[in-house]
Amino acid sequence: MAKQLLKGNDAVVKGAILAGCRAYYGYPITPASEIAEAAALYFPRVGGTFLQAESEIGAINMVYGASSAGIRSMTASSSPGISLKMEGVSYLVGAELPCVIVDIVRGGPGLGNIAPEQGDYFQIVKGGGHGNYRVPVLAPNSVQEMCDLTMLGFEIADRYRTPVFIMADGFTGQMMEPCEFPEPREDVPDKPWAVGPDASRIDNLVSSIYLDPDDLEGHVEKLRKKAEEIETNETRFEEYRLDDAEHVVIGYGIVSRILKSAVDMAREQGIKVGLLRPISLFPFPKAPIRKLAERVRDFLVVELSTGQMVEDVRLTLEGARPVRFYGRTGGNVPKDSELFEQIRKLQEEKIHA
Amino acid sequence: MPKEIYAKAESFYVDFERKTGPDKISTHYCPGCGHGNLHKMIAETLDEFGVRDKTIFVWPVGCSVFGYYYFHTGNVQVAHGRAPAVATGIKRAHPDSIVLVYQGDGDLAGIGGNEILQAANRGENITVFFVNNAIYGMTGGQMAPTTLPGMKTTTTPLGRTRENEGLPIRVVELLSALEAPTYLERVSLTDAKQMNRARRAVRKAIQAQVEGKGFTLVEALAPCPTGWKIAPTDSRDWIHEQMEPLFPLGAKKDVLEHVESIPGEPRPFVADGMGEKLDILASSVTQARKGTLKEEDYANPRIKVAGFGGQGILLLGVAFSECGMQAGYEVSWLPSYGPEMRGGTANCHVRISDPKIGSPMVEESDVLIAMNRPSLEKFEPDVRPGGLLLLDSSLIDIEPQRDDVTILKIPATKIADDIGTTKCANMVMMGAYIERTGILDLESVIEALPSYIKRKKTIPMNQQAIAKGAEYVREHF
Ligand SMILES: Cc1ncc(C[n+]2csc(CCOP(=O)(O)OP(=O)(O)O)c2C)c(N)n1
Ligand code: SF4
Repeated sequence: MAKQLLKGNDAVVKGAILAGCRAYYGYPITPASEIAEAAALYFPRVGGTFLQAESEIGAINMVYGASSAGIRSMTASSSPGISLKMEGVSYLVGAELPCVIVDIVRGGPGLGNIAPEQGDYFQIVKGGGHGNYRVPVLAPNSVQEMCDLTMLGFEIADRYRTPVFIMADGFTGQMMEPCEFPEPREDVPDKPWAVGPDASRIDNLVSSIYLDPDDLEGHVEKLRKKAEEIETNETRFEEYRLDDAEHVVIGYGIVSRILKSAVDMAREQGIKVGLLRPISLFPFPKAPIRKLAERVRDFLVVELSTGQMVEDVRLTLEGARPVRFYGRTGGNVPKDSELFEQIRKLQEEKIHA
Repeated sequence: MPKEIYAKAESFYVDFERKTGPDKISTHYCPGCGHGNLHKMIAETLDEFGVRDKTIFVWPVGCSVFGYYYFHTGNVQVAHGRAPAVATGIKRAHPDSIVLVYQGDGDLAGIGGNEILQAANRGENITVFFVNNAIYGMTGGQMAPTTLPGMKTTTTPLGRTRENEGLPIRVVELLSALEAPTYLERVSLTDAKQMNRARRAVRKAIQAQVEGKGFTLVEALAPCPTGWKIAPTDSRDWIHEQMEPLFPLGAKKDVLEHVESIPGEPRPFVADGMGEKLDILASSVTQARKGTLKEEDYANPRIKVAGFGGQGILLLGVAFSECGMQAGYEVSWLPSYGPEMRGGTANCHVRISDPKIGSPMVEESDVLIAMNRPSLEKFEPDVRPGGLLLLDSSLIDIEPQRDDVTILKIPATKIADDIGTTKCANMVMMGAYIERTGILDLESVIEALPSYIKRKKTIPMNQQAIAKGAEYVREHF
């Protein structure tokens, strides 16, 4: 198939359909509306369902239904809508229902604004809904990855019977870049646990209730083990110019793109710095960060937030190396020169030390 | 409730193995509770129509949360109030299944008010059984949206008042205001006569789904002796005397005879023809090619395009990116989005590059294409010393401030007007920029135009605009 120039939000929809997704339920919100709009166009063309739900609560529960019925399904929204979906996410996890949920994060809290931010990290990566659970979170930084990681999201979702989040930002959703589409999935995995329209399925129950404390503890333990397995198998990250680095910058999503430019600028000035980009936010790439700590001086974490992922970096390092943080919020996205300046400060601190 | 009653229906499990505790024979409902009666009517109807195997129940949160202990069908337990939304997802995945939604009054008329309203309004092909017992049974007798005026509950200790809590919601009347539902009836689980009516209503509602006749709902006034704190034997009278005057029995809507029967068909998974269906087939249009750079400094440009909405600013950026991609460059395009775009200025950042692109944001630009005065004023300072500044001199009546950049004044709007439409001023600028830099092959860009401008009628004019823009640069600079 051809290389195509398109928006990240559109790439999500085409990727999802190629991955075998046949149901989209959503509610409009900027800057994620193009996902719903593209879904409205393409899902019916492939014999799938598109429905604009009455609310994000409605949408996530329709996904719960579609997933219970054994088909690949998804929803997408932006921060305020994701807050509303969180009840549903907890139920999806509890009932072990696979699906993909896309968050094109915008500025918050409250209505905030529609500009890019990463302030949903805690909400998505650390829980957001009630109860003990973890869900895989993938953070694309290009249009190609909006397609690829959405597709991967469906595979992970089915493999572990879990919702999977795609956490992107307004820029990654709105920008256009070339994308190469892979071949479509010819079929999707059979789900013998799903409820379905025939006698083979009438003993199936989709539920998240475990009245007996021991039963629930067993179920929670099963979910915990699943999360552990996901940590072992599904950790993803990218390294850039880290070979001889003395300083490491860490950022995900659109920030990692700007950091790349800033790293290049710094390298031109002879500053030995490289980038580590988490692609999966859960599981968090702890091992590579710990390994880097053995040979680098310090870390700089950059986020479009007041500092959320940085807590994971600090937990991972357990004080082994200094961690600096630089954040912008409100929809302000740092310029590459601004991040270069932050890297230069690391270098200066080294000289003073 | 003794097992014998249930043993009759095949749609019930023989033993209730899913039930916690040692007793796998009786239900978990209180003596005199209405839920069991309604369950039985539903099970018998499923047997009668022979649809048990394709039935999927959606269970609420409330006393009937454990309905799946009893029904030997597909069962899905869902969040409080969301059953109609979940049922929508199931029914659309399996239109050939029978999807039954079971909800209490807190679940349906309280927390799930919007879900039921919208599912009904869409005319989802589902059947809803709504148990109105005027109280929250499961949580211990709090007020429901259907609690009667003056009725004491644990959260209305002095009785429900119009002033504080409002009056009870009449669900079937409310829903009957909608066009889509085909059958809405209120029944009462009391004496033999009413039980028979209830049975007929249950049967009718399920039959409607078997025949594919849209959204149906049966509201059952049901005893909750525990919540009402009265003896089971008194609860029938209580319904007759207290509830029925407020919640009149009977069909509030029934158009089943007049609606077309469209039984649901299975939806097979289809994956062929994706290239065409998703618009991702290789294009048959001529592709743009790289040109010969006129100066090395013109390589890997970081471009800002700015003007007001309606000038085709974003489209110009897309055209650059599309041609750049076709020619084999790395490209990125980033718009200003949202309210920023409405009415006021529009701008976009474009990068065309040999090496991979880091940030798609353009901070310091190598090229600024300014199509109106505010854009020039706003973005001129960001142009790199030695960079290029193209401006539409037909619209911009001030002089640029910079003397360290190359300035090309192009009367783009005038040239466009001469061609016949102001709208193609953006393409005049495209021609001018390409001619100046040689970053793309001009002829191929003109030929490739149908790949980035979709409106067929405007193609010749836009092609002419590119050529004219290039010509202007050739002749004047
Ligand atoms: C989000 C949420 N809020 C509150 C509850 C607690 N809750 C459980 S059942 C129920 C009310 C059930 O009443 P009703 O729907 O009338 O059913 P009944 O028990 O009377 O059959 C409530 C408030 C819950 N489970 N979830
Ligand atoms: S509390 Fe009321 S509704 Fe619940 S089981 Fe008992 S009688 Fe039935």
